[in-house]
Amino acid sequence: MIFSGGSLVHILDLLGYLILFPLIAAIFLLFERRDSSRSLIVQLSAVAIGIVSLLLLVLGYNRDTLLYAVGSEQVGQVMFFIELLMVAFILYLAVKHRKTLAAVLVLLQAGLLVWFETSLSHGLHVANNLFVDQFSIIMALIIGIIGTLICVYAVGYMETYHTRHPEVRDRRNIFFAILFLFLAAMFGLVFSNNLLWVFFFWEITTLCSFLLIGYSETEEATNNSFLALVMNLLGGLAFLAALIWLVLSDPSGRLLDLNYLLTTGKALALVPAVLICFAGITKAALMPFSSWLVGAMVAPTPVSALLHSSTMVKAGVYIIVKFAPVLSGTTEGLMIALVGGMTFALASFMAISQNNAKKVLAYSTIANLGLIVACAGVGTYNLMWVAILLIIFHAIAKSLLFLCVGTVENRIGSRNIEDMGGLIVRMPRIAIMMFIGMAGMFLAPFGMVISKWAAIEAFIQAPFGLIFIAILAFGGSATVFFWSKWMGKIISVMREQEVLEDTVKKEKWVVLWILTGLVVVVCLIFPVISWVLIEPFVLNIYGQTAGLAQANLTIMIMMLCLLMIMPLSMLFYRKGPHVPATPYMGGRPMDGNMHFAGSLGNSREVVLSNYYLEKMFGEERLFMIGTSMCWGLLLIAGIMLVGVML
Amino acid sequence: MIPAEFQPIVYALVYILVAPLLGGLIAGIDRKVTARMQGRVGPPILQPFYDVGKLFEKENPVVTVTQNFYVLSYLVFMVVAGALFFSGGDMLLVIFAFTLSHIFIVLGAYASYSPYSHVGAERELLQIIAYEPMIIMTAVGMYMVTKSFFVSTIVSSAVPIILYLPGVFIGYLIVLTIKLRKSPFDLSTSHHAHQEIVKGVTTDFAGPNLGKIEIAHWYEYVFLLGVIWLFFAWNPLVAVAAIVVAYFLEILIDNTFSRVKWQLMLRSAWIIAGTLGLVNLGVLYYLGMVVMP
Repeated sequence: MIFSGGSLVHILDLLGYLILFPLIAAIFLLFERRDSSRSLIVQLSAVAIGIVSLLLLVLGYNRDTLLYAVGSEQVGQVMFFIELLMVAFILYLAVKHRKTLAAVLVLLQAGLLVWFETSLSHGLHVANNLFVDQFSIIMALIIGIIGTLICVYAVGYMETYHTRHPEVRDRRNIFFAILFLFLAAMFGLVFSNNLLWVFFFWEITTLCSFLLIGYSETEEATNNSFLALVMNLLGGLAFLAALIWLVLSDPSGRLLDLNYLLTTGKALALVPAVLICFAGITKAALMPFSSWLVGAMVAPTPVSALLHSSTMVKAGVYIIVKFAPVLSGTTEGLMIALVGGMTFALASFMAISQNNAKKVLAYSTIANLGLIVACAGVGTYNLMWVAILLIIFHAIAKSLLFLCVGTVENRIGSRNIEDMGGLIVRMPRIAIMMFIGMAGMFLAPFGMVISKWAAIEAFIQAPFGLIFIAILAFGGSATVFFWSKWMGKIISVMREQEVLEDTVKKEKWVVLWILTGLVVVVCLIFPVISWVLIEPFVLNIYGQTAGLAQANLTIMIMMLCLLMIMPLSMLFYRKGPHVPATPYMGGRPMDGNMHFAGSLGNSREVVLSNYYLEKMFGEERLFMIGTSMCWGLLLIAGIMLVGVML
Repeated sequence: MIPAEFQPIVYALVYILVAPLLGGLIAGIDRKVTARMQGRVGPPILQPFYDVGKLFEKENPVVTVTQNFYVLSYLVFMVVAGALFFSGGDMLLVIFAFTLSHIFIVLGAYASYSPYSHVGAERELLQIIAYEPMIIMTAVGMYMVTKSFFVSTIVSSAVPIILYLPGVFIGYLIVLTIKLRKSPFDLSTSHHAHQEIVKGVTTDFAGPNLGKIEIAHWYEYVFLLGVIWLFFAWNPLVAVAAIVVAYFLEILIDNTFSRVKWQLMLRSAWIIAGTLGLVNLGVLYYLGMVVMP
């Protein structure tokens, strides 16, 4: 009976639940200072949110876009009031920390907001404030499952974090409240059809990330949090400009209806699309704004995991992918795609030169977001299919990797990749999980390679696609390099190491195993995901849809199975009599296998380090190139936009 | 005749059975020709088979048991990549399987904590990133001419692909030097004792494991030369001649150059992919878009 017209569970209730429930959990967490009950609240909320997102999938996957006329004038006014409160709060912090730029930007935004509310908002009416389609269901699953898993993990992590960092003020109640507020805002963002609502949730994510990055209150953390804030406020201003443009072109406010706007065609929608995509680029940390996401790694690791996988940056690419049909075939869209493409290649190159694990992950995220934006900017139907696929695969693998690195960091006290040698002996299970996560990022037949492959096949049919294929070919090979050498570091076997992972808490294991399982399972069932969710969505917009050839799918799945069977060969090898040989030390090994005989009979330890190719792929130089080129591209897009406006 | 739906499987099986024989033979001829170029008599043509046979009779010393797994996976996925290619599969999928197989040998070398195999592993990775862009462009170029990534379509195309992709072909030959482990690009490990005594990426493999690596290499030979065939597929005679000439050129280059540093290898491979490959594709793209829409 659930599926009938007067259904038992109304989808609208689910949307409201998903937006409001995390908010309620956040309020509880804000006033809960005991560890045990906090842990309980987080776990129960995670289960509740996860189940409801799955329920949304079950009930909503086979519907077309559903629109809901919910909320009224009052909700809008409450949102306006909260926005003003946020402005005041940020202004207070900016003055307190003497951050002029942040203060100026936030005042500018406040001025525009007040002007908008007083002189433009009269008579505005958006029929449907909420909506749900297959893409928002996908986003909801990412937020509702991966996001909450990260929160569960964070409980144990933050406990260890505070014992390891006694100098940091214990504000865990605020921390967890913000995490859940973040989730609520993300749900709101992907379900809002009224662009004013989208903007409201957009600004909340900016504020949440700002507060989370600055959690440790060190000077570095504060500076980096303000860097993130300034860049995202800049994007927020562009978003606001888009809203004002929309209201000025149609005072009735009809254009603020997101799904209506997308169908109005390029003449009306292009200007707001490009402005909102600019906001998306700041939020998704593409060049020239990549530095805020790299700086965000000062935050506790679960925050990074959240920012990189299921929230924040995914909000940025979500909105850009949403506007892809408008961008497709326009020069402005091509410029945005090129910003994405440049970001993909340069961030992949920069990751080669980094030995800080979190930084490598950050650059890899930036690169993949760049690729998603490149797909969305060109915006043909098969590229949109690829972009959504990338969002899914990236969210899972990246959250797993961040949480693994966080666990390792808490045990070995370092996030330097060079210190992770022999992890397979010291933390075997974590090492295997990291291994699977990394395979998910760059090896066939796992997710990201499937997407890369589909991207090549899609770009080749798109206008100017050759540029992007070249970018994919070079950038893609760089990703192979930095992931493989990291993998190599982890699996290099050093004997006589102590096992460190027994102290890892049980709920952390649960989270990590679920995510590891997801990396593999989603690869196996992605044809189903594509068939049930992505293809209907793309078909709905473009009237045609993409997918991989059946023959190839079969082979991919066979390869994946083969890859899972291969490790069983170890059982066979274990049987035989096995005397470990010493690694080759120029013929002069000493005391076991980590030393060799040096001159004067000294025993010297072997220390091996990876290649970082600093001269060729150095961060500074490439960052300069990327920033200047991407600013240039954005400038061209901006100038053309002014041309369109006039 | 074989029914059409079984043809891919038959081709794959033929590759799996015949490729090591053919590859070993090529290796034998390679050694003979090389020896003659250096004024030596050289080993018998079947010497590679004797060598590998002997390797399998030896014991299997490993630093860690996982090395066995990596080497086995290297061989298995090399066979998978080649079999996919010869059964007419998707070129891009073949390339990804091919990369996967190489990652396994690199991981195998990393697993033993020897400085020599470590350097070999890093260099092997550098070689992978040096050749990969050009290989992908080769596949893309073939798509542009034949409108398909499937080897089965490309090979049955009546179009002389080489006339459309001369730049890509030259680029492919240059990265082939890396793939065949020929000087000046034999950085990770070399066939020649005058290049290095400690054998880079294969330092800590001996006995049956080394034998498997050798067999994987034979499979790889046949696959790589098969790609040359695609450029000339419209005429099998020309294709065979092209393969012979190309391979002879590789041997000649091998014996006239000494090893270069990795910087030069990476730069030259990328510059070639960026110029010869990309310009060739750009021209094709322009022709496809403007002249023959």
